[in-house]
Amino acid sequence: MAAHAGSFAKISNCPKGIGINARGWEAVSAMAQNGYSNLEHLIQDRQFVVTGELGPPKGWLRSEIEKKVELVRGVVDAVNITDNQTAIVRMSSIAAGRMLVEAGLEPIIQITCRDRNRLGMQSDLLGAAALGMRNVLCLTGDHQSFGNHPTAKNVCDLDGIQLVEMVSHMRTEGVFQCGEAIDGGGPPFLVGAAANPFGDPFEFRPYRLAKKVAAGARFIQTQLVYDIPRFRKFMEQVVAMGLHEKVAILAGVGPLKSSGMARYMRDKVPGMIVDDYYVNEMEKAVANIPKEEKVARNEAWKKRGIELCIEQIGEIRQIPGVAGVHIMAIEWESALRPIVEGAGLLPRPTLN
Amino acid sequence: MSDTQQNSDLKIVAFCCQYCAYKAADLAGSLRLQYPPEFRIIQVPCTGRIDTVEVLHAFEEGADGVVTLGCMPGDCHFLEGNLRARRRVERVKKLLAEVGLEAERVEMYNLSSAMGDKFVQYATEMTERIRKLGPSPLRHSGKHVAGTPVAGVSQMRESL
Amino acid sequence: MIVAEQKPLAEIKSMLGEAKRVLVVGCGTCVTVCFAGGTKEVAELASTLRMSTQLDSKETVVDEVVVQRQCEWEYIDPLLATLDQYDLVVSLGCGVGVQTLAERFPKIRVVPGLNTKFMGLPTKPGVWEERCQACGNCMLDRTGGVCPISRCSKQLLNGPCGGSQDGKCEISEDVPCAWQLIWERMTSLGREQELLKVQPPKDWTTSRDGGPRRIVREDLQLPEGYRD
Repeated sequence: MAAHAGSFAKISNCPKGIGINARGWEAVSAMAQNGYSNLEHLIQDRQFVVTGELGPPKGWLRSEIEKKVELVRGVVDAVNITDNQTAIVRMSSIAAGRMLVEAGLEPIIQITCRDRNRLGMQSDLLGAAALGMRNVLCLTGDHQSFGNHPTAKNVCDLDGIQLVEMVSHMRTEGVFQCGEAIDGGGPPFLVGAAANPFGDPFEFRPYRLAKKVAAGARFIQTQLVYDIPRFRKFMEQVVAMGLHEKVAILAGVGPLKSSGMARYMRDKVPGMIVDDYYVNEMEKAVANIPKEEKVARNEAWKKRGIELCIEQIGEIRQIPGVAGVHIMAIEWESALRPIVEGAGLLPRPTLN
Repeated sequence: MSDTQQNSDLKIVAFCCQYCAYKAADLAGSLRLQYPPEFRIIQVPCTGRIDTVEVLHAFEEGADGVVTLGCMPGDCHFLEGNLRARRRVERVKKLLAEVGLEAERVEMYNLSSAMGDKFVQYATEMTERIRKLGPSPLRHSGKHVAGTPVAGVSQMRESL
Repeated sequence: MIVAEQKPLAEIKSMLGEAKRVLVVGCGTCVTVCFAGGTKEVAELASTLRMSTQLDSKETVVDEVVVQRQCEWEYIDPLLATLDQYDLVVSLGCGVGVQTLAERFPKIRVVPGLNTKFMGLPTKPGVWEERCQACGNCMLDRTGGVCPISRCSKQLLNGPCGGSQDGKCEISEDVPCAWQLIWERMTSLGREQELLKVQPPKDWTTSRDGGPRRIVREDLQLPEGYRD
């Protein structure tokens, strides 16, 4: 998946805000144009994969995406693009995904059940396939009461697992959810789902993962892991059920930005567990820096956050059944390279 | 000591429970203690018998203030009647505010049958309060049109 | 029961317009037992309307009546004789009651005094909770008697989602996670294995999504025109 700098330069010369540049198609790797995703090949090849995340802008300017693209190029195997995350309206993941395709990167399109019914989703997915996208992460989605349009109707025609099944069948059976055949056969999607090892009921979580695998998920990205012993217990059960052989499990990791962020995640985010170790480490990092020296504190926090993330990856790699990591550097894409490099995961593998 | 002899034409309806409040009023009488004449007592078996509608009707019919006096919490002869009355009085305060009357025109007090002096204290307190607030705005704001239940239509039960 | 809640007095007042003679109509069934529109509540609302309009120097007549059930013609038909005297009806029935009155008595304006909220039950005195969404295809046998359509915020059929924690839904601590309840109930019945099966997408045609619904029972009907 080599970068095609020349083609990208052509795209950058286009006036901002203009629609899709047809010539960007040249930048797409030959594999993705008609065949399966690069991520799928790496997984089948049993490589330890690294994925990242990119939040689209709350606006319509391409330049926002283009800036972030350069921070992830060559650092990760594929990039998630979120879909109205936390129910805040942002540019659609498929539109942003197209821009990544033109830039020579491989997107993972996130789709939630909250905003679209099965017609809308299938229609969008056909478009996504036509525009060169191959990886789809199927999610239920945060409730709209968390976001900036809490008065909206909650669609939820399908749930996350039914979505996994629907997209898988599009590929394996070549049919729509209603059973009708898709013209030209099924799109070659790699279907993924999310897993939360820390949600309740805890005993049910590995079974829920098994359900997603049974529905057709071939890769899993977990919620951020800030409690490694509990994650280890989860993975033991997963391995005991043999699920790790059927699906690539990517552990979610992410650099903390401040001790406030660590505390917030520990206390206020439903479904997330943060060990006090992380909160303490982040607090220690600025213990000797007075509160007024904001720049120095931020620098210290960021340094420690990246270090802790590298530490996490090191520990998590040792856990049996883990096939890769999914790094979520929220609004901090520049942290990706130091993390991946620090964890000894560069250069990323390329396939012939 | 307030002037309990002053006789304005203010009317304060006092629903007194038979087990505590009414007995306390009786005791006050035996002790020759005076309380304001505006304070008009109505005996009820329990303050729990009073629902929000009775209080509202009292205001509609021209009361300037309404009070319920019941047993001390935990001592109600009917166990929770006075607790329910307390909640209802709180609700009436909200309703009065929505209507445009002062929420302070309704109140609830708790006392035991031995507290003749407390009875006088509460009666005096409430009357002072209503004197300060003045007559109910309903008395001077136009013709009161009483509502009637519609005859000839079957009802669940007689209206209150 | 159908559970409803009274609209704020100010909102009901704003619907009165220029009406001088108002009839408040209550209902003796669901809204009586959820304390929103029974005899007591009708009396209370009528009283507060009278007082409030009097303070506005308006001489508004507000009368009160309660019928057994506002959602049946035969129970509301006796009202017809008296409606000439009124300009406006405030219905304290549920949304069905309001519409039944409006449809049967098109000549008089009928306004809603309640907000109909949901179908549910009182879990303790003074607290009502939603239990049924009338999806038209009951699946409670598969979830141990806990409904995911009405009790799960995302209507999952393969729950729980990632936001469930400590048995609570991500949207509020007051909302139990329906799938936690389902998991616990099915486990206590020894049926948790059934939850491993992927439930297919719901057929929403039986629900409101399929359009306004109707049921016909021919065994209960009489021939056309017979005793109309």
